[in-house]
Amino acid sequence: MRKYIKEYGFICVFILFAIFSYAYSYNFGINVTKSFLYMFIEMITFIPIVFILVGLLDAWIPSQKFQKYMGPESGIKGTLLSVIFSMFQAGPLYGAFPIVYILYKKGASIKNIFIFLGCFSALKIPMLSIEIGYLGVEFTLARTAIAVPLFIGIGYAMEYYLKDKNFKITDPTEIKSLTDNI
Amino acid sequence: MLPNTIALWIIGILSLLLSYYFDKEKTKKGIKKGIKIFKGLFSPFVSIMIIASLLLALVSPEIIEQYLGRESGFFGVILSAFIGSIALIPAFIVYPIASELLKRGASYMVIATFITTLLMVGIITFPLESKYFGKKVAVVRNILNFFAAIIIGIAIGAIL
Repeated sequence: MRKYIKEYGFICVFILFAIFSYAYSYNFGINVTKSFLYMFIEMITFIPIVFILVGLLDAWIPSQKFQKYMGPESGIKGTLLSVIFSMFQAGPLYGAFPIVYILYKKGASIKNIFIFLGCFSALKIPMLSIEIGYLGVEFTLARTAIAVPLFIGIGYAMEYYLKDKNFKITDPTEIKSLTDNI
Repeated sequence: MLPNTIALWIIGILSLLLSYYFDKEKTKKGIKKGIKIFKGLFSPFVSIMIIASLLLALVSPEIIEQYLGRESGFFGVILSAFIGSIALIPAFIVYPIASELLKRGASYMVIATFITTLLMVGIITFPLESKYFGKKVAVVRNILNFFAAIIIGIAIGAIL
């Protein structure tokens, strides 16, 4: 019960607010409700199919296969794989750090790790499909076309910067207490 | 807006049919997973839309145009870059707000800068990031990404 109040309480209060606004012709409330309904309808027209796509991606993509081919000798193929692998992810940027640790353990190069991290932040397919729905395909195409070369550049820059610096990524389990506090 | 929605549905239904043709079990599992994710995100998604409609009703289009529109220029870009770097909001939740702001006169440059910094730079998560990479590397990564995000924002503003 408490869980439901926490999850839907705010929405219920808003529905009451909307009903009262209409009942008492409260202009501000009516305006808010109208703009909310507009956004809600916009969302409901495309969000369901986006989540079906996300679910299908999750069921079909075996992430382990990518990791093997991202090492220092992987060349352009490794870079390409880092970009593609990142697209099949989901979640916020801090969710990428544990994945990056695993990539690092599996021997991915510094360049590919940072290319993956950059592309993770900006090229995830679930996110791109929502972005296309809201801001249009031109926006998404322009953004990704400019972003990918920059991320590859950052990957090379990081590799150059960390060349003789004995770079390592720390085991996430050692810092579990910190993530628990967030 | 409409053609994009139709395109998404066509892609979605085609992938669904293809997936079903090749593997019924995987498809069912995928759909279940998708519905589960959707259920989990429904409440935050709707809540943020309520907050956005409240804010948009309070702020007049003139103010949006003045601070986030074409005339805001460099100031608008820098402001949105800093807000985007600090904010810790899932990007997909920001898109409905971004789309509303664009309709009300915000410029593509400002909105794109905000979204790209939000995606690529994380000041709030910096302590967590530096535990993984070390402080120095985390600083360098965030700074590089900050400038990359601004470049992307300005370029999108120039293109669109």
